[in-house]
Amino acid sequence: MIFLELFLTFLKIGAFTFGGGYAMLPMIRSEIAARGWLSADELIDFIAVSESTPGPFAVNIATLIGMRTGGVPGAACATLGVALPSFVIILLVARVYRKFRQSRLVAGVMDGLKPAVVGLIAAALLTLGQAVFWPGGFHGEVFLSAAFYVSLFIFAGAMVLAFKKLHPIAVIALSAAAGIAAGYIFHF
Amino acid sequence: MKRPTDKKPPREILSLLLTFLKIGLFTFGGGYAMIPLIERETVEKHKWITGEDLLEIVAVAESTPGPIAINAATFVGSRVGGFFGALAATFGVIAPSFAVIIAVSFVLEQFRSVRWVQYAFNGVRAGVLALIAKALWSMFRKCPKGLFYYAVMLAAFAAAAFLPVNAVYIILLCAAFGLVKAVAAGRRDAG
Repeated sequence: MIFLELFLTFLKIGAFTFGGGYAMLPMIRSEIAARGWLSADELIDFIAVSESTPGPFAVNIATLIGMRTGGVPGAACATLGVALPSFVIILLVARVYRKFRQSRLVAGVMDGLKPAVVGLIAAALLTLGQAVFWPGGFHGEVFLSAAFYVSLFIFAGAMVLAFKKLHPIAVIALSAAAGIAAGYIFHF
Repeated sequence: MKRPTDKKPPREILSLLLTFLKIGLFTFGGGYAMIPLIERETVEKHKWITGEDLLEIVAVAESTPGPIAINAATFVGSRVGGFFGALAATFGVIAPSFAVIIAVSFVLEQFRSVRWVQYAFNGVRAGVLALIAKALWSMFRKCPKGLFYYAVMLAAFAAAAFLPVNAVYIILLCAAFGLVKAVAAGRRDAG
Protein backbone atom coordinates (compact mmCIF):
# COMPACT_ATOMS: atom_id res chain seq x y z
CA MET A 1 0.00 0.00 0.00
CA ILE A 2 1.96 2.94 -1.37
CA PHE A 3 -0.01 5.66 0.44
CA LEU A 4 0.52 4.18 3.87
CA GLU A 5 4.19 3.58 3.04
CA LEU A 6 4.61 7.21 1.95
CA PHE A 7 2.89 8.46 5.09
CA LEU A 8 4.97 6.29 7.44
CA THR A 9 8.25 7.00 5.65
CA PHE A 10 7.74 10.75 5.83
CA LEU A 11 6.49 10.45 9.40
CA LYS A 12 9.85 8.88 10.22
CA ILE A 13 11.73 11.56 8.28
CA GLY A 14 9.77 14.29 10.08
CA ALA A 15 10.39 12.70 13.47
CA PHE A 16 14.13 12.25 13.05
CA THR A 17 15.22 15.40 11.29
CA PHE A 18 16.66 18.14 13.42
CA GLY A 19 17.31 21.56 11.95
CA GLY A 20 15.00 21.20 8.95
CA GLY A 21 15.79 21.89 5.31
CA TYR A 22 19.02 20.29 4.16
CA ALA A 23 19.34 18.39 7.45
CA MET A 24 16.53 16.29 6.00
CA LEU A 25 18.51 15.15 2.96
CA PRO A 26 20.45 12.27 4.54
CA MET A 27 17.20 10.72 5.81
CA ILE A 28 15.39 11.26 2.53
CA ARG A 29 18.30 9.84 0.57
CA SER A 30 18.54 6.73 2.69
CA GLU A 31 14.78 6.12 2.62
CA ILE A 32 14.26 6.57 -1.11
CA ALA A 33 17.35 4.49 -1.88
CA ALA A 34 16.01 1.66 0.31
CA ARG A 35 12.64 1.81 -1.47
CA GLY A 36 13.83 2.59 -4.99
CA TRP A 37 11.42 5.53 -5.30
CA LEU A 38 13.74 7.90 -7.16
CA SER A 39 17.20 7.96 -8.71
CA ALA A 40 19.88 10.21 -7.20
CA ASP A 41 19.52 12.49 -10.27
CA GLU A 42 15.81 12.91 -9.69
CA LEU A 43 16.40 13.67 -6.04
CA ILE A 44 18.82 16.45 -6.97
CA ASP A 45 16.29 17.85 -9.46
CA PHE A 46 13.67 17.80 -6.72
CA ILE A 47 16.03 19.61 -4.35
CA ALA A 48 16.42 22.34 -6.96
CA VAL A 49 12.67 22.62 -7.49
CA SER A 50 12.01 22.67 -3.72
CA GLU A 51 14.53 25.43 -3.28
CA SER A 52 13.02 27.59 -6.02
CA THR A 53 9.34 27.29 -5.06
CA PRO A 54 7.75 29.09 -2.11
CA GLY A 55 7.29 27.54 1.30
CA PRO A 56 9.24 25.25 3.63
CA PHE A 57 11.84 23.13 1.82
CA ALA A 58 10.76 19.99 3.72
CA VAL A 59 7.12 20.35 2.69
CA ASN A 60 8.08 21.01 -0.93
CA ILE A 61 10.30 17.97 -1.25
CA ALA A 62 7.83 15.71 0.58
CA THR A 63 5.06 16.86 -1.75
CA LEU A 64 7.24 16.34 -4.85
CA ILE A 65 8.34 12.83 -3.86
CA GLY A 66 4.79 11.91 -2.82
CA MET A 67 3.43 13.23 -6.11
CA ARG A 68 6.03 11.34 -8.16
CA THR A 69 5.40 8.11 -6.25
CA GLY A 70 1.65 8.19 -5.63
CA GLY A 71 0.07 11.16 -7.44
CA VAL A 72 -1.95 13.79 -5.57
CA PRO A 73 -3.08 11.42 -2.77
CA GLY A 74 0.55 10.32 -2.39
CA ALA A 75 1.61 13.95 -2.10
CA ALA A 76 -1.01 14.52 0.60
CA CYS A 77 0.17 11.45 2.58
CA ALA A 78 3.84 12.43 2.38
CA THR A 79 3.15 16.04 3.39
CA LEU A 80 0.90 15.05 6.27
CA GLY A 81 3.55 12.58 7.43
CA VAL A 82 6.40 15.09 7.38
CA ALA A 83 4.39 17.75 9.25
CA LEU A 84 2.67 15.62 11.89
CA PRO A 85 5.61 14.89 14.24
CA SER A 86 6.57 18.58 14.45
CA PHE A 87 2.99 19.57 15.07
CA VAL A 88 2.42 17.09 17.89
CA ILE A 89 5.80 17.61 19.55
CA ILE A 90 5.53 21.40 19.49
CA LEU A 91 2.01 21.25 20.95
CA LEU A 92 3.42 19.20 23.81
CA VAL A 93 6.52 21.35 24.28
CA ALA A 94 4.83 24.76 23.82
CA ARG A 95 3.52 24.82 27.39
CA VAL A 96 6.76 23.88 29.06
CA TYR A 97 9.21 25.42 26.63
CA ARG A 98 11.27 27.33 29.16
CA LYS A 99 11.87 24.16 31.14
CA PHE A 100 12.54 22.29 27.91
CA ARG A 101 15.09 24.89 26.87
CA GLN A 102 16.91 24.71 30.19
CA SER A 103 16.95 20.92 30.40
CA ARG A 104 20.43 19.50 30.60
CA LEU A 105 19.33 16.27 28.94
CA VAL A 106 17.83 18.07 25.94
CA ALA A 107 21.08 20.02 25.65
CA GLY A 108 22.99 16.73 25.80
CA VAL A 109 20.93 15.15 23.02
CA MET A 110 21.47 18.27 20.90
CA ASP A 111 25.20 18.02 21.56
CA GLY A 112 25.15 14.60 19.93
CA LEU A 113 22.80 15.61 17.11
CA LYS A 114 24.52 18.78 15.88
CA PRO A 115 27.78 17.10 14.80
CA ALA A 116 25.82 14.03 13.58
CA VAL A 117 23.83 16.19 11.15
CA VAL A 118 27.07 17.72 9.81
CA GLY A 119 28.54 14.25 9.21
CA LEU A 120 25.34 12.97 7.62
CA ILE A 121 25.03 15.90 5.22
CA ALA A 122 28.68 15.46 4.23
CA ALA A 123 27.93 11.82 3.40
CA ALA A 124 24.81 12.80 1.41
CA LEU A 125 26.86 15.39 -0.49
CA LEU A 126 29.39 12.70 -1.39
CA THR A 127 26.72 10.34 -2.78
CA LEU A 128 24.88 13.07 -4.68
CA GLY A 129 28.19 14.40 -6.01
CA GLN A 130 29.01 11.01 -7.48
CA ALA A 131 25.64 10.94 -9.23
CA VAL A 132 26.40 14.35 -10.76
CA PHE A 133 30.04 13.93 -11.74
CA TRP A 134 30.05 10.30 -12.86
CA PRO A 135 26.44 9.24 -13.44
CA GLY A 136 27.52 5.93 -15.02
CA GLY A 137 29.90 5.01 -12.17
CA PHE A 138 33.53 5.98 -11.79
CA HIS A 139 36.07 4.92 -14.42
CA GLY A 140 39.05 6.53 -16.13
CA GLU A 141 37.02 7.69 -19.14
CA VAL A 142 35.06 10.07 -16.92
CA PHE A 143 37.95 12.51 -17.32
CA LEU A 144 37.60 12.43 -21.11
CA SER A 145 33.95 13.48 -21.19
CA ALA A 146 32.88 17.07 -21.78
CA ALA A 147 29.93 16.56 -19.43
CA PHE A 148 32.29 16.01 -16.49
CA TYR A 149 34.16 19.26 -17.10
CA VAL A 150 30.94 21.21 -17.65
CA SER A 151 29.60 19.95 -14.31
CA LEU A 152 32.90 20.76 -12.61
CA PHE A 153 32.93 24.26 -14.08
CA ILE A 154 29.32 24.97 -13.09
CA PHE A 155 29.90 23.51 -9.61
CA ALA A 156 32.98 25.71 -9.09
CA GLY A 157 31.14 28.83 -10.30
CA ALA A 158 28.11 28.04 -8.15
CA MET A 159 30.38 27.55 -5.11
CA VAL A 160 31.85 31.01 -5.57
CA LEU A 161 28.39 32.57 -5.98
CA ALA A 162 26.84 30.62 -3.09
CA PHE A 163 29.64 31.59 -0.73
CA LYS A 164 29.33 35.20 -1.86
CA LYS A 165 25.78 34.87 -0.47
CA LEU A 166 24.01 35.15 -3.80
CA HIS A 167 20.39 34.04 -3.30
CA PRO A 168 19.97 30.25 -3.84
CA ILE A 169 17.33 30.83 -6.51
CA ALA A 170 19.78 33.02 -8.44
CA VAL A 171 22.44 30.30 -8.14
CA ILE A 172 19.98 27.74 -9.51
CA ALA A 173 18.87 30.04 -12.36
CA LEU A 174 22.46 30.77 -13.41
CA SER A 175 23.37 27.06 -13.23
CA ALA A 176 20.37 26.26 -15.44
CA ALA A 177 21.44 28.91 -17.98
CA ALA A 178 25.01 27.57 -17.98
CA GLY A 179 23.65 24.03 -18.43
CA ILE A 180 21.55 25.06 -21.44
CA ALA A 181 24.47 26.94 -23.06
CA ALA A 182 26.87 24.02 -22.50
CA GLY A 183 24.29 21.54 -23.78
CA TYR A 184 23.93 23.32 -27.11
CA ILE A 185 27.70 23.91 -27.45
CA PHE A 186 28.80 20.33 -26.72
CA HIS A 187 25.67 18.43 -27.88
CA PHE A 188 25.60 15.86 -25.07
CA MET B 1 2.54 37.53 27.10
CA LYS B 2 -0.78 35.89 26.35
CA ARG B 3 -1.71 32.74 28.14
CA PRO B 4 -2.37 29.73 25.96
CA THR B 5 -6.04 28.96 25.83
CA ASP B 6 -8.34 26.92 23.70
CA LYS B 7 -11.10 29.51 23.74
CA LYS B 8 -10.23 32.13 21.17
CA PRO B 9 -12.68 33.95 18.94
CA PRO B 10 -12.86 32.50 15.42
CA ARG B 11 -11.63 35.85 14.09
CA GLU B 12 -8.23 35.26 15.69
CA ILE B 13 -8.04 31.77 14.19
CA LEU B 14 -8.91 33.12 10.75
CA SER B 15 -6.31 35.81 11.13
CA LEU B 16 -3.68 33.17 12.02
CA LEU B 17 -4.64 31.14 8.98
CA LEU B 18 -4.38 34.10 6.61
CA THR B 19 -1.11 35.32 8.12
CA PHE B 20 0.57 31.94 7.80
CA LEU B 21 -0.82 31.43 4.28
CA LYS B 22 0.97 34.65 3.42
CA ILE B 23 4.18 33.52 5.14
CA GLY B 24 4.05 30.16 3.33
CA LEU B 25 3.43 31.79 -0.02
CA PHE B 26 6.06 34.51 0.13
CA THR B 27 9.13 32.81 1.53
CA PHE B 28 11.53 30.69 -0.46
CA GLY B 29 13.83 28.11 1.05
CA GLY B 30 11.86 27.76 4.28
CA GLY B 31 13.32 27.60 7.77
CA TYR B 32 15.50 30.55 8.59
CA ALA B 33 14.45 32.39 5.44
CA MET B 34 11.01 32.57 7.01
CA ILE B 35 12.02 34.16 10.31
CA PRO B 36 12.08 37.81 9.13
CA LEU B 37 8.58 37.58 7.66
CA ILE B 38 7.29 35.70 10.71
CA GLU B 39 8.73 38.49 12.86
CA ARG B 40 7.14 41.24 10.80
CA GLU B 41 3.73 39.57 10.82
CA THR B 42 3.49 38.07 14.30
CA VAL B 43 5.62 40.46 16.38
CA GLU B 44 5.30 43.83 14.69
CA LYS B 45 1.95 43.71 12.96
CA HIS B 46 -0.31 41.47 15.04
CA LYS B 47 1.67 41.68 18.29
CA TRP B 48 0.79 38.05 19.03
CA ILE B 49 4.22 37.35 20.52
CA THR B 50 7.27 39.42 21.53
CA GLY B 51 10.63 39.44 19.78
CA GLU B 52 12.03 37.53 22.73
CA ASP B 53 9.33 34.87 22.33
CA LEU B 54 10.36 34.50 18.71
CA LEU B 55 13.99 33.89 19.68
CA GLU B 56 12.82 31.23 22.13
CA ILE B 57 10.65 29.68 19.43
CA VAL B 58 13.59 29.45 17.03
CA ALA B 59 15.71 27.86 19.75
CA VAL B 60 13.00 25.32 20.56
CA ALA B 61 12.40 24.65 16.85
CA GLU B 62 16.08 23.84 16.49
CA SER B 63 16.01 21.30 19.28
CA THR B 64 12.81 19.54 18.28
CA PRO B 65 12.49 17.37 15.19
CA GLY B 66 10.88 18.49 11.97
CA PRO B 67 10.92 21.45 9.63
CA ILE B 68 11.61 24.74 11.42
CA ALA B 69 8.83 26.50 9.51
CA ILE B 70 6.24 24.03 10.79
CA ASN B 71 7.63 24.12 14.32
CA ALA B 72 7.45 27.91 14.37
CA ALA B 73 3.94 28.01 12.89
CA THR B 74 2.61 25.44 15.36
CA PHE B 75 4.26 27.26 18.25
CA VAL B 76 2.92 30.72 17.39
CA GLY B 77 -0.50 29.27 16.58
CA SER B 78 -0.76 27.45 19.88
CA ARG B 79 0.35 30.53 21.86
CA VAL B 80 -2.28 32.66 20.21
CA GLY B 81 -5.18 30.31 19.72
CA GLY B 82 -4.54 26.99 21.45
CA PHE B 83 -5.00 23.77 19.50
CA PHE B 84 -7.11 25.26 16.71
CA GLY B 85 -4.75 28.18 16.42
CA ALA B 86 -1.87 25.74 15.96
CA LEU B 87 -3.87 23.83 13.39
CA ALA B 88 -4.77 26.99 11.44
CA ALA B 89 -1.20 28.33 11.43
CA THR B 90 0.35 25.00 10.44
CA PHE B 91 -2.19 24.39 7.70
CA GLY B 92 -1.58 27.95 6.49
CA VAL B 93 2.18 27.54 6.21
CA ILE B 94 1.86 24.22 4.35
CA ALA B 95 -1.05 24.83 1.97
CA PRO B 96 0.62 27.24 -0.49
CA SER B 97 3.65 24.96 -0.92
CA PHE B 98 1.46 21.98 -1.44
CA ALA B 99 -0.67 23.66 -4.10
CA VAL B 100 2.31 25.18 -5.92
CA ILE B 101 4.22 21.89 -5.95
CA ILE B 102 1.25 19.94 -7.32
CA ALA B 103 1.02 22.46 -10.17
CA VAL B 104 4.79 22.43 -10.76
CA SER B 105 4.79 18.60 -10.84
CA PHE B 106 2.34 18.56 -13.72
CA VAL B 107 4.42 21.11 -15.63
CA LEU B 108 7.64 19.17 -14.96
CA GLU B 109 6.08 15.95 -16.26
CA GLN B 110 5.15 17.75 -19.48
CA PHE B 111 8.57 19.28 -20.10
CA ARG B 112 10.90 16.64 -18.73
CA SER B 113 11.71 15.12 -22.09
CA VAL B 114 12.32 18.46 -23.83
CA ARG B 115 15.99 18.79 -24.73
CA TRP B 116 16.72 22.25 -23.32
CA VAL B 117 14.97 21.38 -20.06
CA GLN B 118 17.27 18.38 -19.71
CA TYR B 119 20.27 20.61 -20.38
CA ALA B 120 19.02 23.06 -17.77
CA PHE B 121 18.70 20.31 -15.18
CA ASN B 122 22.22 19.09 -16.00
CA GLY B 123 23.48 22.51 -15.00
CA VAL B 124 21.15 22.81 -12.03
CA ARG B 125 22.39 19.52 -10.54
CA ALA B 126 25.95 20.85 -10.33
CA GLY B 127 24.66 24.13 -8.88
CA VAL B 128 22.59 22.36 -6.22
CA LEU B 129 25.70 20.51 -5.04
CA ALA B 130 27.23 23.90 -4.32
CA LEU B 131 24.15 24.92 -2.31
CA ILE B 132 24.38 21.74 -0.24
CA ALA B 133 28.11 22.35 0.30
CA LYS B 134 27.29 25.87 1.47
CA ALA B 135 24.64 24.55 3.90
CA LEU B 136 27.14 21.98 5.15
CA TRP B 137 29.69 24.71 5.78
CA SER B 138 27.27 26.90 7.76
CA MET B 139 26.12 23.94 9.86
CA PHE B 140 29.74 23.03 10.53
CA ARG B 141 30.43 26.58 11.68
CA LYS B 142 27.41 26.58 13.99
CA CYS B 143 28.38 23.23 15.53
CA PRO B 144 30.32 23.46 18.82
CA LYS B 145 34.02 22.64 18.50
CA GLY B 146 35.95 20.02 20.44
CA LEU B 147 37.15 16.44 20.35
CA PHE B 148 33.73 14.94 21.17
CA TYR B 149 32.04 16.87 18.35
CA TYR B 150 34.67 16.03 15.74
CA ALA B 151 34.56 12.36 16.73
CA VAL B 152 30.75 12.19 16.40
CA MET B 153 30.92 14.10 13.11
CA LEU B 154 33.48 11.71 11.66
CA ALA B 155 31.71 8.59 12.94
CA ALA B 156 28.35 9.74 11.52
CA PHE B 157 29.98 10.56 8.18
CA ALA B 158 31.84 7.25 7.94
CA ALA B 159 28.80 5.20 8.93
CA ALA B 160 26.52 6.98 6.44
CA ALA B 161 29.02 7.01 3.58
CA PHE B 162 30.50 3.51 3.87
CA LEU B 163 28.09 1.29 5.82
CA PRO B 164 24.64 0.16 4.67
CA VAL B 165 22.83 1.59 7.72
CA ASN B 166 19.74 3.76 7.76
CA ALA B 167 20.34 7.37 8.85
CA VAL B 168 17.73 6.93 11.62
CA TYR B 169 20.01 4.59 13.55
CA ILE B 170 22.96 6.92 13.18
CA ILE B 171 20.85 9.80 14.51
CA LEU B 172 19.59 7.73 17.46
CA LEU B 173 23.09 6.54 18.33
CA CYS B 174 24.57 10.06 18.18
CA ALA B 175 21.71 11.37 20.37
CA ALA B 176 22.54 8.61 22.86
CA PHE B 177 26.23 9.64 22.84
CA GLY B 178 25.22 13.20 23.66
CA LEU B 179 22.89 12.04 26.41
CA VAL B 180 25.58 9.85 27.99
CA LYS B 181 28.02 12.75 27.83
CA ALA B 182 25.51 15.08 29.55
CA VAL B 183 24.71 12.54 32.27
CA ALA B 184 28.41 11.86 32.87
CA ALA B 185 29.12 15.60 33.10
CA GLY B 186 26.22 15.96 35.56
CA ARG B 187 27.64 13.16 37.74
CA ARG B 188 31.05 14.82 37.73
CA ASP B 189 29.54 18.15 38.80
CA ALA B 190 27.47 16.49 41.51
CA GLY B 191 30.29 14.32 42.81
